[in-house]
Amino acid sequence: MKHKLFGLLRRAGLLVLVVWTVVSLVTILIELVPGDPAIAVLGEQATPEQLAQFRTKHGLDRPAFFFGFPADENGQRHFRWYGLSNRYDDYWVAILHGDLGTSFRTDRPVVDLIVERYPATIELAIVAMLIAISIAIPLGVVAGKNRGTLTDNALSVVALVGISLPSFVIGPVLVYLFAVKLGWLAPSGRFDWSDIILPAFTLGAALSAILTRMVRSSVIEELSEGYVRTARAKGLSERKVVYKHVLKNGLIPVVTILGLQLGVLLAGAIITEKIFGWPGLGLLLVEDGIGKRDYSVVQGCVLAISTTYILANTLTDVVYRWLDPRIRVS
Amino acid sequence: MNRLSVIGLVIVVVFVGVAILAPWVATHDVGTTNIAARYIGPSAAHWFGTDSTGRDIFSRVVFGARISLEVGIIVVTVSALVGTMIGAVAGYYSGWVDRILSGYLFNVFLAFPGLLLAIALVAFLGAGLNKLIFALCIIGWVGYARLIRAQVLKVREYDFVQAARALGAGDFRILFVHILPNAIQPLIVQASLGMAGAVLSEAALSFLGLGVPPPAPSWGVMIEEARDLSTLQAAPHALIFPGLAIALTVLAFNFIGDGLREYLDPRQRRR
Repeated sequence: MKHKLFGLLRRAGLLVLVVWTVVSLVTILIELVPGDPAIAVLGEQATPEQLAQFRTKHGLDRPAFFFGFPADENGQRHFRWYGLSNRYDDYWVAILHGDLGTSFRTDRPVVDLIVERYPATIELAIVAMLIAISIAIPLGVVAGKNRGTLTDNALSVVALVGISLPSFVIGPVLVYLFAVKLGWLAPSGRFDWSDIILPAFTLGAALSAILTRMVRSSVIEELSEGYVRTARAKGLSERKVVYKHVLKNGLIPVVTILGLQLGVLLAGAIITEKIFGWPGLGLLLVEDGIGKRDYSVVQGCVLAISTTYILANTLTDVVYRWLDPRIRVS
Repeated sequence: MNRLSVIGLVIVVVFVGVAILAPWVATHDVGTTNIAARYIGPSAAHWFGTDSTGRDIFSRVVFGARISLEVGIIVVTVSALVGTMIGAVAGYYSGWVDRILSGYLFNVFLAFPGLLLAIALVAFLGAGLNKLIFALCIIGWVGYARLIRAQVLKVREYDFVQAARALGAGDFRILFVHILPNAIQPLIVQASLGMAGAVLSEAALSFLGLGVPPPAPSWGVMIEEARDLSTLQAAPHALIFPGLAIALTVLAFNFIGDGLREYLDPRQRRR
């Protein structure tokens, strides 16, 4: 019990450290912009007054960090302490108040933009996961049951091909087949319920390949267990042995890994959303953020996606330890 | 080696050959546009057809192999070197050094979705080949570091290391002469899978407009240019050929990586 609590505390401590690092990184990123972010956003034609107003509004006139090495009039750099009046500090205070600043372009609060787009991304990730599961379980069971046969080898190759095909290849090919050639589905957007099919399939393809491999090895492992022999000896049909006993036990590791994959899907959705114009966080990041140099939107999106990813992973880890006590010891 | 990794090796050799000999293999100039000859299907004059501005797709795919392999080789080499150094130090010194490196630094980098970090870095740095390589190295090193740390932790307990220490060898000599040569074998698997990852990430970032800027013939850029509806309608081959090139290259490196892993770990062979 003591070990368990200590492990959980350690995990929580690490989580805090990681999130702190991510937030720090995101605040520092804007320093990487070559030249002046204000000019990058407003353009070369902006008047000095406009630039100054913009900098004040978004805090860009304040020092970036607690200290810095500003150049004096001779070009010499000296250490200078700015104290608490800096952007890093401001950003933290704002975040703790649930504020991620306002968009450089539209002046809307970044939090609102993210909250608006978040459901579409979650929806896409969940449907992608459901598609992946419904492909992977039957294929994995068939491959595992017929291990070493032609069917198994063929399915293994298909799975490897699935892992190697990136979403930005699968996606446009699907658009070509189902939107351009057959005309069954819309090539992009999120208006009709059927609009989710192509993006979800694109996003879930790689996951279904990974899951197929996992279900396969899980089934192979379970088939060698004693309880399978017992079940067979009792005269159960092979079907019942596989679907009632083997699959039930074999799915435990698969299910826990799914949590980990949810994070991967949320991050991977960036590309899929761009392909299909799916109005989620990824599209907000790529089109409104990066495309329009709206750096505060980029910061907010990176923060939202990475914290979701980190939280999903941590949660999976905790659940996994709880489900399988063997892992706790190591 | 299993059959699939031999296939992988053959594909990689072909791609490397094509990349090196690109100026002689390519049949047309990669940048010359010709609106009159746009959307031509695969033919004797244009083996892979032409794209929406009449550029020869075969030649662009050939030169694209250069960009992909160049990025892959630089990213894997730099990441592996940096990762090996950091991992070796963490594994060898253990204690508080290890706690900071593997307990904190590794976990931070592993906790971040890799592609997102690369996207974020390039978004602020600005697009470009060098910045893309830099971003991919930043997300790439930690895999190698984690691997080498585990290996060093194992190898440093071996008798010959103790013997070297007893003979008075310094830390530097023990680590680089005795431990590392015996610890880096699995690195080759990671490097092979890393090549696949780097080729994919380069194409992904270029696809998003964050990598090699057009009109450079990066496979990712070619796919991005081929996926608008009118081009898809008129010239699906403009999408298919660069897509195949990416898939084949990534598949080949994955095949090699899987084969090597099996070869190095005999327990996996019978599975």
